[in-house]
Amino acid sequence: MGVIKKIRRNFADLFKKVFKKQNARIGIYGPPNAGKTTLANRILRDWTGDAMGSVSHVAHETRRARRREGVTIKTNGGSITLDIIDTPGLATKIDFHEFMEQGMDENESKRRAKEATEGVIEAVKWLDNLDGVILVMDATEDPFTQVNVTVIGNMEARSLPLLIAANKVDLPDASASTIRDAFPQHPMVSISALEGKNIDTLYEEIAKRFG
Amino acid sequence: MMQGFQMDLISEHRLSEMAPVEKVRFIIDEVMEGKILVLEKGLSPTEEASLIEMTMTLIEPDGFSGIEMESYPAEVDTSIFGRLLKKNTIKSRLTVIGPADQLKTLRKDRNMISALISTHR
Repeated sequence: MGVIKKIRRNFADLFKKVFKKQNARIGIYGPPNAGKTTLANRILRDWTGDAMGSVSHVAHETRRARRREGVTIKTNGGSITLDIIDTPGLATKIDFHEFMEQGMDENESKRRAKEATEGVIEAVKWLDNLDGVILVMDATEDPFTQVNVTVIGNMEARSLPLLIAANKVDLPDASASTIRDAFPQHPMVSISALEGKNIDTLYEEIAKRFG
Repeated sequence: MMQGFQMDLISEHRLSEMAPVEKVRFIIDEVMEGKILVLEKGLSPTEEASLIEMTMTLIEPDGFSGIEMESYPAEVDTSIFGRLLKKNTIKSRLTVIGPADQLKTLRKDRNMISALISTHR
């Protein structure tokens, strides 16, 4: 490559870095096993053909935050490019015995518990670096959990947009209306991240809230 | 001798005299001693997040397994003054905090917290 070409390319890169509008950083939050990574995988598969991480019925499968930059979501109203951060499940307690009950041996359970505590710390720290949150709630569970209350409170205190995804509506016990009644001040979309149910409505709402 | 657990009811005034980091430390120290705390005013959302963070650093296998914390959803100040300032003012509300192996939330809604407290640790 010629020297002039090289200089021109470097200058173009610098120009992009200086003047490029930064993508909105959207964190996917929620308690363990709400379906955060399933939703992150759904979004990435739909718009990048890739996946974010593995999922499991055992809590705290995601123990490190994962970030995917430049995910462009196209809707009827246009398109939006986001950086998506899939965070570990938030919790106020972690007991390794619960992993042993799932069939893991003691050492593995203790290691998983240790990593899970680190994951929670990472998720809390990310709250200071976001432009918005998709809060994933399990629609078969009581919505007034402390994790939900704390995440919503933090977004409200920072005046940042929040979108509630009432997940697992494919299950018979699911009640999205309970979530809507619990937090009527925030927009909510009922979805099944696993089956893709209502996912287009979620994308419309993402574009509206975070665009 | 009477057996049971110690429950401390902390007034809004007592907590308001402390810096956020002092509040978190105070709560953690009390809970690790096995006390159940009822905070009249609760914590701000950022203090709640700090408390979760510090709790995680102290969890030990076969030791402290974390806290049970339950607060009512915060209320946002929607007054004209608040809207003029364009900054949300969060009104925190009553909060119950205790060791995870002693305090268990049974049911919770917008205005009621029902919890079970174990006398055994």
